[in-house]
Amino acid sequence: MTKTEELTAQGSGTGRSERVFNTSSGWKEFPPGGVIRGGANSHHFKTGEWRTYRPRHIEENCIHCLLCWIYCPDLAIVARDGKMLGFDYEHCKGCGICAEECPTKDKAIEMVAEPEEESGI
Amino acid sequence: MGSEVLAQKETRYRALSGNEAAAQAMRQIEPVVVAAYPITPQTEIVQLFSNFVSDGLVRTEFVPVESEHSALSAVVGAASSGVRAMTATSSNGLALMFEILNIASGLRLPIVMTVVNRALSAPINIHCDHGDTMGVRDAGWIQLYAENAQETYDNLIQAVRIAEHPAVRLPVMVAVDGFIVSHGIENVEMLDDQTVKTFIGTFQPDFSLLDPDHIVTIGPLVLQDSYFEIKRLQVEAVEAAYQVITEVGLDFEKVSGRCYQLVEEYRMEEAETAVVALGSTAGNFKEVVDQFQARGVPVGLLKLRVFRPFPAEQVRRALARCRAVAVMDRAHSLSGQGGPLFTEVKAALQGTGFPAGSMVNYVYGLGGREITLEMAQRVVEDLQKLAKGSEGDQVLPVNYLGLRE
Repeated sequence: MTKTEELTAQGSGTGRSERVFNTSSGWKEFPPGGVIRGGANSHHFKTGEWRTYRPRHIEENCIHCLLCWIYCPDLAIVARDGKMLGFDYEHCKGCGICAEECPTKDKAIEMVAEPEEESGI
Repeated sequence: MGSEVLAQKETRYRALSGNEAAAQAMRQIEPVVVAAYPITPQTEIVQLFSNFVSDGLVRTEFVPVESEHSALSAVVGAASSGVRAMTATSSNGLALMFEILNIASGLRLPIVMTVVNRALSAPINIHCDHGDTMGVRDAGWIQLYAENAQETYDNLIQAVRIAEHPAVRLPVMVAVDGFIVSHGIENVEMLDDQTVKTFIGTFQPDFSLLDPDHIVTIGPLVLQDSYFEIKRLQVEAVEAAYQVITEVGLDFEKVSGRCYQLVEEYRMEEAETAVVALGSTAGNFKEVVDQFQARGVPVGLLKLRVFRPFPAEQVRRALARCRAVAVMDRAHSLSGQGGPLFTEVKAALQGTGFPAGSMVNYVYGLGGREITLEMAQRVVEDLQKLAKGSEGDQVLPVNYLGLRE
């Protein structure tokens, strides 16, 4: 198991230590009612596992307008210092909004099918 | 006991209907939130309770909602915020709650609800049978059945402690026979308000949606990877409930003098035949058992106070010496195998060597059809035939008592 598999983190911003459980945990390790303690834990939920098409960044066409960053519903565009750097594939659901909104004549983002056997993460 | 104490005790007796007894228990419990929708024969409970709210006798936030689905939803929301929350319903109202019943138990919220038993539609009917509570018997709620108004009151107060016990944290429904108990006036011994408040104590919630220092997520999507584990964890709470219900019953006896266990064995010491029943019908059979025992017929009554979790061990122990058993079902599960209590008792006795042919089912009282003492006597007479083996084959495995042929 990796850190990112944890559904809840140790004391994630709540000021108290919480029990950790994940998708490998036995039933006794789960909290009653499936109630998750602690906040700011949505990054542990890898929504990228659902993806069937992944965005690919074509750097030579990119003008770093960051419209993709603005439109992405899952904060999955990695941008720093005004530059589009790529994608957070753990959380990108592959919706394709970034590719749709990319304004360049030759698109700087294209959607490509995920390989069957790989999760893409 | 001194006469002064006795006099004080006598003042605790009040002439109350089952609904009034339930409303009085709710007044003393004083939940932070009550949300409800009216349905016959439950309406009176919430109507009376809303009077208590208007009169300032309780500080409860009373939410009149637009349906039972909304009533239980509001109560689930309130309980998720870490407070005591209650409601009450009947029949089709309970059926409309079905989705939320499972959410309440799945989220492990200690909600307490009175269900005044009424037949389900169709045909539409307002009178008593157990089709409603039996229809939700596997929704993860603890089910207590009351024989009379006193037990309605006592069960409701105990239900709070049972539901909120840290090892349980499950919702509890207190089933009350519609009209027979809900509208029949009896002498009910109430505890004083402070005794009830001390008995139930202060609710210590596991979490609160309104506590920003301890953030929680309630009701997350849980798919193939973990749903099974969380449901398995719920079984532990159900298993723990046997012990907790027993302990709470013993504690309640200390403050009330009234004994409550998972089952009540009535004159079972020497019984060779037994009747198993729930709710007000147990009262009919107590009378008939007395009549037959006076004539030397060794018949007893096993009343189940708790149906969920099913007290299989207590049923096995109580019926171990019996040669014939009649199981009374005020509901027909339409399973092709008789009523729901019958199949549960059969399952409990499976493997004990109890002869299958010596256990018979009586479906009775559907839609409020009266069960008379004569009908109860017929059941006991059938049992004696079964026990003797003579003419026993005339008794069918599933019988319809009080039905016109």
